[in-house]
Amino acid sequence: MNSIPYEAETGMVEREGMAAGAAQPGEAEAGRDASPKAEDRRTVGDYTHPSAVMECREVNVHYGDKHAIHDVSLDVGANEVIAMIGPSGCGKSTFLRCLNRMNDTIDGCRVSGSIRLDGQDIYDRKTDVVPLRARVGMVFQKPNPFPKSIYENVAYGPRIHGLARSKAELDEVVQTSLEKAGLWAEVKDRLDQPGTGLSGGQQQRLCIARAIAVSPEVILMDEPCSALDPIATARIEELIDELRGNYSIAIVTHSMQQAARVSQRTAYFHLGDLIEVGETADIFTNPRHRLTEDYITGRFG
Amino acid sequence: MSKPTEGHIVKRFDDQLTHLHGLVLEMGRMVVEQLRRALDTLDAEDAEAAREVAERDQEVNRLDNRVDDELVRVLAMRAPVARDLREVMAVAKSVTDLERVGDEARRVAQLTQRLYGNSGSSPNPGLLRDFFELGQDVIAALETTLRAFESLDLDLAVEVLHNDEALDGEFQAALRRLSTYIMEDHRNVGHVVEVVLGLRALDRIGAHAKNIAGYIIYLATGRDVRHVPTGSLIEEFGTGG
Repeated sequence: MNSIPYEAETGMVEREGMAAGAAQPGEAEAGRDASPKAEDRRTVGDYTHPSAVMECREVNVHYGDKHAIHDVSLDVGANEVIAMIGPSGCGKSTFLRCLNRMNDTIDGCRVSGSIRLDGQDIYDRKTDVVPLRARVGMVFQKPNPFPKSIYENVAYGPRIHGLARSKAELDEVVQTSLEKAGLWAEVKDRLDQPGTGLSGGQQQRLCIARAIAVSPEVILMDEPCSALDPIATARIEELIDELRGNYSIAIVTHSMQQAARVSQRTAYFHLGDLIEVGETADIFTNPRHRLTEDYITGRFG
Repeated sequence: MSKPTEGHIVKRFDDQLTHLHGLVLEMGRMVVEQLRRALDTLDAEDAEAAREVAERDQEVNRLDNRVDDELVRVLAMRAPVARDLREVMAVAKSVTDLERVGDEARRVAQLTQRLYGNSGSSPNPGLLRDFFELGQDVIAALETTLRAFESLDLDLAVEVLHNDEALDGEFQAALRRLSTYIMEDHRNVGHVVEVVLGLRALDRIGAHAKNIAGYIIYLATGRDVRHVPTGSLIEEFGTGG
């Protein structure tokens, strides 16, 4: 029978993408669940990136007894937008939060494996999370400006990280950050007014300006548009595309269309496994894994 | 195993895709019927019936428009991706080819009108000897294609690709034989030209069937097989059975 390759063609591809520097696959396999499904849960596609800024290898996350992420290996490349999609509870947000150690504060959360930023292990005991979070910034689902003026929202980071030596320099950082976030024209005459007085879309761009102000290498975005209307969403998406010139962006989104619009690569997560990674155009025209296909076509049951 | 157009959480989406898939089959059956009738009019030397067949091509065109409308609606409403997107693309391309098949069937009907519609001399019956045989083979190719489309059967799709080479051979052989009639008696020239144009229409229909077979492979596997040598496709997809 050679009709529909729906089942036949979803066969796994060997993990040829396994980079030389990665952990030995055998070690991880030994500790792995030996259920018959395990074969189905191996990542399809090349999870490496030729110019990786962040390299994650065999990352596992536990919340107490719950094994939330299983052996996820994935690169975040320079000047790319990588989208992480998957149903609720699939681990995509958990994984994103590992990238700047946002999970540190959660009781009972254990992260193992290796996550390297420019070759440096961010979970190394010697790594200080404060500068780490300047290098790997984050924008959340709900805009969360500080209850301070627009100016102070952006100036706060550069000031505590000592990135500006004078008031004039700080003014310049605030202005360029707001410009890069596409907000300058709208707020330049009311920098002393509270950030919380802006519209939702403006607040989110203010949060992006705040992240940019400390010159990060990577910006993590956790559903940055889910609280915004379509026009504010389009502005943020346009902004993401512009920011890609200077930063690497990892975005978690529930909107498949958004993933298709903004990202160059897409990673599909399912029940804590990274199921498939690939060029976004390939994922949305010809996904190789059945689970990916079912999810993006709206067949996930 | 559920049908490839089914299984969406939004059931209405299933219905729309299933409907589109069905419209291709409906249009396919329509043009096969048109071609069969056109060949019958030629066999019966019935120019009046041929005129009716030629007019009925309008129905094929109307169905083509209807499918286009529904395709645009599905794209706008559902933003299909992955296999669903390939389904929509395959339907869009297939109906374009089927509409052309309708046009070619109309040309065959017009051949009947030209050969038998006027009071001039009837053509030498030998001129049409290969025509009916090639016509039947082309109908068979279309029917195989439609069956392949219905069940997304790759084996059948590859069979269509494979048989297209044989059709090409038949077409060339028919042309060679026709040229002998010209050499025999130059008064045959006018009729031979008409028959050549008719043969050309049949040859084009075979090519459209081959195109649709390619869309079926694209739909099922995501591989764009246009401009890929047939031999390597048969090797790649024709191993099942």
